[in-house]
Amino acid sequence: MDLTLSTKVEGDRTVVGVGGEIDVYTAPKLREHLIDLVSGGSYHLIIDMENVDFLDSTGLGVLVGGLKRVRSHEGSLHLVCTQDRILKIFRITGLTKVFPIHESVDDALAAAPE
Amino acid sequence: MATVDVTFTPLPAHVRTARLVALAMARRVGVAEDTLDEVRLAVGEACSRAVGVHTNRAPETPVRMRLCDDDSRFTVEVTDVGPLEDDPEPGLSSLDAARLAATVGTDGSLDALPPGFGLVVIGGLVEEVLVTSDPAGTHVTMAWPISRTGNGGG
Repeated sequence: MDLTLSTKVEGDRTVVGVGGEIDVYTAPKLREHLIDLVSGGSYHLIIDMENVDFLDSTGLGVLVGGLKRVRSHEGSLHLVCTQDRILKIFRITGLTKVFPIHESVDDALAAAPE
Repeated sequence: MATVDVTFTPLPAHVRTARLVALAMARRVGVAEDTLDEVRLAVGEACSRAVGVHTNRAPETPVRMRLCDDDSRFTVEVTDVGPLEDDPEPGLSSLDAARLAATVGTDGSLDALPPGFGLVVIGGLVEEVLVTSDPAGTHVTMAWPISRTGNGGG
């Protein structure tokens, strides 16, 4: 399944909907998308991963890179994910302590962008 | 014992193919259904790592993946041409989450996770994993138990 990306602006937050597989083949596409958003002034990102079917460490690297980029502009990057098979890789790598992870986009929007 | 050998050009697109082949065989030989996601992710990590090694060292040389099943185990071995020293931080111990978190805030590089990260993920996923290195390259061998009553085996 290829990677699908969508973008929706909610006030000062930008919600990025991601679907499909984030792996060594598709991760560059997500990386470019996040770079474009930050270059365009979107510094508070919410990445909705509910439709992600597969995520590997390459994809994690892109998310970490996105977090570093927004933080360099005092921005934020929150994730939305309830799928256990996706959350598992965040737990294994300790990245649950790095990314705020929410159960819904509404929850992420309600949380302070930090 | 049944064996399937896969060799593929070290391109990112083929990692997905390798994952699908491993997943199909794991399902057919009777690896537990709730373990198949682990197989898919671990094989993907091993093949992604191998593709990275070959891209840097031997882009014309294919990556090798050998899938075997016997009465009790399904084994996947991914072999690359690089020494394990290509990973400055080899080893399968748990990643230090606090150290990584600190790196996220201060590291100058924007996309690189710590080297050896793929192996750490594999170590966190798979109970039976062995990483060895010889003059021919590095072998990442992972195994999962088989339940012959599960999917008919064979």
